[in-house]
Amino acid sequence: MIEPLWEVFIRSRRGLSHVHVGSLHAPDATMALRNARDVYTRRQEGVSIWVVPATDITASSPDEKDEFFDPAGDKVYRHPTFYQVPEGVDHL
Amino acid sequence: MNDLFVYTLRLGDDALIAAQRTAEWIAAAPQLEEDVALGNIGLDQLGQARTLLQYAGQVEGAGRSEDDLAYFRDERDFLNVQLCELPNGDFAQSIARLLYFATYQHLLYEELRGCADETLAGVAGKAVKEVAYHVDHATQWVLRLGDGTEESHRRMQAGLDTMWPYTAELFTSDALVERLEVAVDPSTLHDEWERRVTQVIDESTCARPTSSYQHSGGREGRHTEHFGFLLAELQHVARSHPGASW
Repeated sequence: MIEPLWEVFIRSRRGLSHVHVGSLHAPDATMALRNARDVYTRRQEGVSIWVVPATDITASSPDEKDEFFDPAGDKVYRHPTFYQVPEGVDHL
Repeated sequence: MNDLFVYTLRLGDDALIAAQRTAEWIAAAPQLEEDVALGNIGLDQLGQARTLLQYAGQVEGAGRSEDDLAYFRDERDFLNVQLCELPNGDFAQSIARLLYFATYQHLLYEELRGCADETLAGVAGKAVKEVAYHVDHATQWVLRLGDGTEESHRRMQAGLDTMWPYTAELFTSDALVERLEVAVDPSTLHDEWERRVTQVIDESTCARPTSSYQHSGGREGRHTEHFGFLLAELQHVARSHPGASW
C-alpha cells in the first residue's frame, strides 16, 4: 500500500522560520507529524514541525523557467547591496 | 542477594529484553518511517537498560559491568517479565505489546522518579518522557489498525488477545517490593493501567481481551521457550569473542 506523501518543514529554533527538510509517507496528518518527529528531529534539529500534503503544493514548472526567472537576472538594483548594514545587526 | 540489586535488575532486564525485541523490527517494519520510529523507541529502552544494569552492578559490588550482566548471565538469571521476551509476531502484535508495556513503564517511572534512591529517581525522571512517547506511538497504531480495514482489525484484535495473558505478571507484588523502601509496588499501578489501556482498546473498536489464565515466572527466572533463542542472538558475539572491543 502506498500511503500519501507529506512535505516536512522544521523550525530549528525560536525566531527562525520553518524550512523544508524533506518528505515522508504517512496515512494521515497525525501520523505524518509523528513520523517527521522520528525521522527529522532525532538529533535535536527542531522545536516545531509542519507537515503539508504534497498534493497541496502548487509548484512552478521547469518549462516556465525562462519567463519566470530570467527577467530578474539583470536587475542588480533590486539587491539591497547599496546600503550600509548598521553595526551590531546580525540577521538582516 | 541484595534487594536493591534484584529490584534494579528486574527493571533493567525488562528494558533490555524489550529493546532487543523492538530492534528486531529495524529494516523489517511496514514503512521506512516506522523502521526509524521503532529504532528510536528501541534505543530509548536500551538506554534505560544500560543505566539500570550499570547501577545494578555497582549495587551488587562484585565488579560486574553492564556488559557482564547483559552478555554473561544465563536464562535463569534474567528477571524480566515474560511479556518482554515473547516473539514479535506480526506488526499488530508488537504494537499491542508496546501499548501494554509502555503504559506500565510510564506509570512505574512516574512513581519511581519520586523515590529516595537518587539513581533510580534519575533514570525514571529521564525515561518518563521517553515512554510517554512510546505510549503515544502505540496508541496511534492501535487506533488506526483497530479502526482500519477488516484485516487490520482482525490482526489488532489477535495481537491484543495474544499479549493480554502476559500482562498480570507486570503487576504482581512480592515480598521483595514490600520490603524494599524505594521499590514501587506494581500492584498499585494496575487499576490505572487497565483504565488507560482499555480506553484505547475501546476507542479502537476492538473488544477488551478476556483471559482467565495468566502466565508468570519471569521475575523468578522462569521463562518461555522463546527466551533461549533471544539470548543466543543477544549474547553470541560477546561470548564468542570475550573481551573484544570495537
